[in-house]
Amino acid sequence: MKDRFKKTNLCWLAAIILSYVILTALMQAGIIDAVYETVLSTIMINIILAISLNLIIGITGQFSLGHAGFMCIGAYSAGVMMKQMPGMGGFLVGILIGFVISALVALIVSIPTLRLKGDYLAIATLGFGEIIRIIVLNMTITNGAAGLVLQKVVTFPFIFAAMVLSTIVIVNFGCSAPGRACISVREDEIASEAMGINTTKYKVMAFVIGAMIASLAGALYAGNFYVIRPDMFTFNRSIDILVIVVFGGMGSMTGSYIAAIVIGLLNNFLQSFAAVRMIIYGLALVLIMIFRPSGLLGTKEFTFTSLFNRFSKRKGEAQ
Amino acid sequence: MKKFWKMLIVACLSMTALTACGNDDGGSEAPTDSTTESDTIKIGLHYELSGSTADYGNAELKGSQLAIAQANERLGEEVYVDVTYDNRGDPAEAVTLAARLAEDGVAGVVGPATSGASTATYQTSNDNQVVVISPSATANNQTLVDPSNPESDVYDYVFRVCFEDTYQGAAMAQFAFDNLGASKAIVYGDTSSEYGKGLMDAFSEHFTSLGGEVVDTMSYVAGETEFSSVLTNIAAQDFDVLYIAGYYSEAGLIIKQARAAGIDCPILGPDGFESTTLSDLAGVENLNDVYFTTAYTTVGASDELQAFIDAYKAEYNEDPNMFSALAYDSTNLLIQAIEEAGTTDPETLKQTLENIEFDGITGSFVFDETHTPVKPVLVVEFVDGVQTNAISVNPSLDE
Repeated sequence: MKDRFKKTNLCWLAAIILSYVILTALMQAGIIDAVYETVLSTIMINIILAISLNLIIGITGQFSLGHAGFMCIGAYSAGVMMKQMPGMGGFLVGILIGFVISALVALIVSIPTLRLKGDYLAIATLGFGEIIRIIVLNMTITNGAAGLVLQKVVTFPFIFAAMVLSTIVIVNFGCSAPGRACISVREDEIASEAMGINTTKYKVMAFVIGAMIASLAGALYAGNFYVIRPDMFTFNRSIDILVIVVFGGMGSMTGSYIAAIVIGLLNNFLQSFAAVRMIIYGLALVLIMIFRPSGLLGTKEFTFTSLFNRFSKRKGEAQ
Repeated sequence: MKKFWKMLIVACLSMTALTACGNDDGGSEAPTDSTTESDTIKIGLHYELSGSTADYGNAELKGSQLAIAQANERLGEEVYVDVTYDNRGDPAEAVTLAARLAEDGVAGVVGPATSGASTATYQTSNDNQVVVISPSATANNQTLVDPSNPESDVYDYVFRVCFEDTYQGAAMAQFAFDNLGASKAIVYGDTSSEYGKGLMDAFSEHFTSLGGEVVDTMSYVAGETEFSSVLTNIAAQDFDVLYIAGYYSEAGLIIKQARAAGIDCPILGPDGFESTTLSDLAGVENLNDVYFTTAYTTVGASDELQAFIDAYKAEYNEDPNMFSALAYDSTNLLIQAIEEAGTTDPETLKQTLENIEFDGITGSFVFDETHTPVKPVLVVEFVDGVQTNAISVNPSLDE
């Protein structure tokens, strides 16, 4: 058992390094040009947002519509700090400040609201996301509606590392004891409470972690796209993230990855059909939802363990 | 049955995939073909064609396409080709498209329409040495590397044909002080947009510097519909003019409710008043003694402007607005620069633009050191809901 554990970890490490090397090589060779590089950064930032929301929606089963709010906190923390001390230093400090603020805000919001269930929670988080946006809109340090104009400090390796790290954190959380408690909350809250699980505690835990990672994504956005404005973090942004999660399958991180990539590329290829783009995009979503109501992957995950199991099973059958 | 559905969806998906590929190939082939055939020059049109700001983008696209069509007609062959993209008003998307336009090898880009999307593209275009002409990015210091710092560098390759919000607000202050003889003003503006905020500050600042007094400053948020309590408050004060810094959707209602509250002094506004909806909202009987600043008006149109209006109507069967006029000017400016420079080399093109003397339908101008035009602002007066007089004002900004 222990042996295999090591083997899968090594496999993951190899996969990460391999994908990094391939992407860098493609960039060096000019196959991924400047256009696709920005598409790639958008996709990676969306992946971070999607998996952090997936932790709240898919694993813990709490329907949150305020994710753009946390992204906004992260983006503005990084943005304001970059204005104070330009360059990478300010950006990193901004990320840390974003973590602290978003964790605090998530705590304050989640303790009362996570006692609500289903639609009520969705509405409460929706309202809260708007509150954050309006606060940012009216502060002088954030430059109000005009937003902040920033230097690009984030490069591909940085976003890639952030994406890998957040994935590791979330996936490991999902497999840990608190993560399993979260899954039990998703499956049946009353039953898990009867089993002695402090459901509010685990819901808050997942919510705070999700919020912090969303704020990281926001910071990356600020460091990558030159300009942040309050109107970029409206309710629509939360819906965009939700679409990725539902499309990929709630509870499946692999699904979120695939969905973010598919939607990102789809969006890009449909650029040539400006007029009908949103229709085709919407149609694709409707079709997916009709034929795969649980999303592309449902709750399935890609793991090397299952891959090995399949191989060993085949071997067993052969013998 | 299940199989049938599966087949159908596979068929559908592969069809979309195929068409996507087909179009992609077509898109990349066509320009290379045409460049080898003759010396066509590609002009990037980068607009908000969908999303909440699509109105501006579509109006500007029409203006630009008209300019390109006219230039081709004048030259008797298809010299200029447009490369059009839609950024949906999303800054991230706009960055991608700026990179793509550079990759496409355009001589210059016109757009985007809104300040937010524009700011996002400037750095990318500037790094790629692509000339950008913004038709309507009016935010203050928009063409600077760091808009919050007026001392920072100007983007070498970024130009705009509209005046900035400060200039317009100051022009109105000048007009109120000089032409209307006002000495006391109340400012009532939309603080949820940078547009409203910039105008409020600019008007107050210039009005005070001229020797006037801003008695009171009030604010509202876009989307409100009930202003009478604030207006009753305002009516009780002693003032000569009311300056409303915001868009027509609220301004129309404010004008109506202000007149009802007994405020009969002149009401002033920015180019956000430029819409037929304004008179619908305010009621024609209330639109007297109302003035607004603009870059474009059909009142007392010059021959060039009238020619544009006629051509636009003939082409699209609708009236042009300020945005289509500004985009028309931007595109013509780029074409004139290319022709004067005799090349599409970005460095030469940039220098030509810096020294160009442009005669457009929204005024003749040269660029100042921040690549913003120096041109007079038009103050238009409403009489019974109809735009009647246009006075040109040059704010004396001595800084």
